[in-house]
Amino acid sequence: MRKDLLGIGDLSRDEIYRILDTADAMREIGERPIKKVPTLRGKTVVNLFYEPSTRTRTSFEIAEKRLSADTLNIAVASSSVQKGETLADTAMNIEAMSPDMIVLRHASSGACHLLARICRSRIINAGDGMHEHPTQALLDAYTIRQHKKTIRGLKVAIVGDLLHSRVLRSNVLLLTKLGADVWVCGPPTLVPAGIERLGVRVSTSVEEAIADADVVMMLRIQQERMQGAYFPSLREYFNLFGMTVERVSRAKPDVIIMHPGPMNRGVEIASEVADGPYSVVLEQVANGVAVRMAVLYLLAGGVEDEAAA
Amino acid sequence: MPVVMDADRMDRTLTRIAHEILERNRGVEDLALVGIRRRGVPLARRLAAIIRSINQHDVPTGALDITLYRDDLMRHPVGTQPVVRSTEIPFSIDDRRILLVDDVLYTGRTIRAALDALIEFGRPKTIQLVVLVDRGHRELPIKADYVGKNLPTSPSQSVQVHLREVDGRDEVEIQG
Repeated sequence: MRKDLLGIGDLSRDEIYRILDTADAMREIGERPIKKVPTLRGKTVVNLFYEPSTRTRTSFEIAEKRLSADTLNIAVASSSVQKGETLADTAMNIEAMSPDMIVLRHASSGACHLLARICRSRIINAGDGMHEHPTQALLDAYTIRQHKKTIRGLKVAIVGDLLHSRVLRSNVLLLTKLGADVWVCGPPTLVPAGIERLGVRVSTSVEEAIADADVVMMLRIQQERMQGAYFPSLREYFNLFGMTVERVSRAKPDVIIMHPGPMNRGVEIASEVADGPYSVVLEQVANGVAVRMAVLYLLAGGVEDEAAA
Repeated sequence: MPVVMDADRMDRTLTRIAHEILERNRGVEDLALVGIRRRGVPLARRLAAIIRSINQHDVPTGALDITLYRDDLMRHPVGTQPVVRSTEIPFSIDDRRILLVDDVLYTGRTIRAALDALIEFGRPKTIQLVVLVDRGHRELPIKADYVGKNLPTSPSQSVQVHLREVDGRDEVEIQG
């Protein structure tokens, strides 16, 4: 395995399968009466979160604790960053206390790459700006594989705010690597220029994008990242792109509907769909812990590059 | 490389161990077999099948992966992590007599890890150890209750157990 997990872009298909297969074994630990194994005993993991997060941070923390690592959460709102410290300085100070891994969530794309260059600790990207969110894509792939056995050849429609979404980028990179037929769909103002170069089909018609889809993945409208008017109103957005029961009926009968959370009910997804029988939203959350345990375990081992050096 | 056990011999050995298990435990009540991945698992299933053919009782059988309990996991600064496989123990081990099954007993470290792993699933009444081959050179105070074959070896040799479920043939050989 490599030193850090910065993005899906760096991973080979074999590495992705290795993580998914390891997650299969990790999942069973969560079903035991004692949900803990001694694997990372004595390792220290720092969760450094510069953006609000409940799901991802909790998921990482549970994964770390199930592997017996010592965990430390730094929520930036209550830290010296408020006093003007730079990311690099904060990281070097944490590094001086010799943690083994740092899980970083940051609003700037590439923040993890900076840390990976200056830190000896293993860096895990828990979302960097509008760039990547690799563990989310891995847990999505894991969930798809659970339901569909394979990812190759599936039609996957990703609908929503494509422009601001790191989940989209990581998922597109991963799903195309594994051979899925990926469609992306959103209002023209929220489609990043050149996205078709990633090997996806672009549509501004949600009906076309989800026709006969095996998997529909909804993306949140990220109002906190929007500095301008990308569409007239949330109601209009829902009318044109919101996932309704009627629209879901155009997909395959055994379609699964995914959402990385947090959901905006009535904006990108109707409540009847979010709570419907095809929704796997809570399975995604459950699988997140197993996938993150797999990533922590695999990164805690040796590094192939170092072995060669 | 000399073959020290062929398919015939392996069948007879497992049949003998199954009889020993029934004799020592006076029947199959609260018995359960847990195989250590990988090759302990098919051995545990074969023992279950032999016991069924002897007295028509089904002994619950599980599979234990000990990778996450190994004591050498984080000792090597280089190299990738060993593959983790799944643990499947579809029954409660509380108050059962557990037969832990592995192919080769060597340093005893795998068994130490397996005991740690097993205890986290509950509190068995007893744990007994079944191995197909005991090759000596223990590093921990661990002893098998049922041994298919005692095989004197030197530490530089390697003992390979091949099973038809995993390797396509039944054979034990010594290399080196």
